[in-house]
Amino acid sequence: MQEFLEFTLGGIAVGMIYAAIALSLVLIWRGTRVLNYSQGGMAMFTTYVAWVVIRDTGSYWAGFAVALAAGLVLGALLEVTVVRPTMGKGPLNSVIVTIGLLILLEGVAGIIYGGQYRSFPASFSIKGLKVGSVALGISTADLFTAAAVLAAALALFLVFEYTSVGLRLRATAFAPGVTRLLGVRIGRVLTLGWALAGLFGALAGVLVTPSTFLYPNSMDSIFVLGFTAAVIGGLDSPVGGVIGGVLLGVVLSYAGGYLGSNLVLVYGLAALALVLMIRPSGLFSSAASRRV
Amino acid sequence: MPEAAALAIEDVHAGYGGVPVLNGVSISARPGSITAVLGANGAGKTTLLRTISGMVRPRQGRILVDGANLARRHPEDIARAGVAHVPEGQGVITELTVEENLRLGALSRRGGAVRSAALSDAYQRFPLLAERKRRQAGLLSGGERQILVIARALMAAPRVLLLDEPSLGLAPRMVAQVMDLVRTLRDEVGLTVLLVEQNARSALAIADCGIVLNLGTVVAADDAAVLASDVALRRHYLGF
Repeated sequence: MQEFLEFTLGGIAVGMIYAAIALSLVLIWRGTRVLNYSQGGMAMFTTYVAWVVIRDTGSYWAGFAVALAAGLVLGALLEVTVVRPTMGKGPLNSVIVTIGLLILLEGVAGIIYGGQYRSFPASFSIKGLKVGSVALGISTADLFTAAAVLAAALALFLVFEYTSVGLRLRATAFAPGVTRLLGVRIGRVLTLGWALAGLFGALAGVLVTPSTFLYPNSMDSIFVLGFTAAVIGGLDSPVGGVIGGVLLGVVLSYAGGYLGSNLVLVYGLAALALVLMIRPSGLFSSAASRRV
Repeated sequence: MPEAAALAIEDVHAGYGGVPVLNGVSISARPGSITAVLGANGAGKTTLLRTISGMVRPRQGRILVDGANLARRHPEDIARAGVAHVPEGQGVITELTVEENLRLGALSRRGGAVRSAALSDAYQRFPLLAERKRRQAGLLSGGERQILVIARALMAAPRVLLLDEPSLGLAPRMVAQVMDLVRTLRDEVGLTVLLVEQNARSALAIADCGIVLNLGTVVAADDAAVLASDVALRRHYLGF
């Protein structure tokens, strides 16, 4: 019972990071039908930026804020310069471009910062919390991780539902052609979508890196699991992305805890295969009810 | 020309890929008039509207709205210049609510006050939409959707309205209602309307003038009453 509690809470904490990656993928997929394979690379890069800021200023929170801002800027920049020219030219073009971006980002990070593993500070204490004598399996830092991702997801939801910017984002995702005809400049909307995706990726990077160390490939396996979470959630549903992330985190935590932690990535792929066999469009996709 | 045209199309050539569809189309529409665009399937009616609204780039020719040439501009810029295009098959965004669809129509206008005034105008003109404003647009009937897309187009306060087959798939009673609405918009709002219709008889009944397209060229252009009484034309091109 004690173990079960630890695995559950620990799984939720890790799952929130997958959820953040999943949200960043969903944001881009909804707007542009592009799978951004460079999302992990972008998050790694912004985490390096945070690392430099923390090293030079000594303030974790300065690094945290700069990483998020860098994520926004990097997302917007990549959309305008690299992704925009591939739009309307067949899905394979954008796939190759985002994979190329991933290689480029990892290469440039290696050139600038070197390939060695660097430790990255956590937001708060990573000492396990206890209630009485019962260990919970999570730390204050884990609580902050969960709270930060939840708050960001909630803010995103409120923007989507209750602001005109959110209305533009949703309309562009559902029907870009019609939305253009109504005078909405969808180019700007897509740039904003990428910027928000960069923000969520950056958030995931800063939150996960204390437990992975920082190196040019440090986000690769996190990206694969975040991608799995997004697909489980249906790829075009932000709510599905969050639930998919938490679900995956918990399942992998049980699998790692009870079956051994050597094969966590394999369990992740097994979970993905299972969901796709039972519900090919993901658990929360609206694709079935949509006219495409 | 006695009066400056609200919409003038001059020698427009356009097509898809290498395939030409419009081969030198010219039209002139007076402000506050309805022009019926008639012709068989494949004559280029829909392509004409898509070219005006920028979804298809013309290879040649000018498209003047109140004197400004909009040819080869982006669809969003053409919409902002006062051209509202209601595409065939309606284009209601089914995942959004009725109110969200309407609000979307006014997003190109500046100022929250202007936008909310447009919204209350729409509800006043279309009480049916006010009753259903929280409803998912996908749950509306065909006729209700047609009203919604026209109402949404009006949210931008356009000067030119391009309507593609608004009667498609509607019950006869609903067709009459939509045609009445188009006539009302001309009379009360002063809209210049280009009305593409398969149903030539009901289009000519409300139109001021009409053009007949065949294989991408204008084969007849005259007052609506003259076209409607031309037996040979009716038999050849209009099918009534």
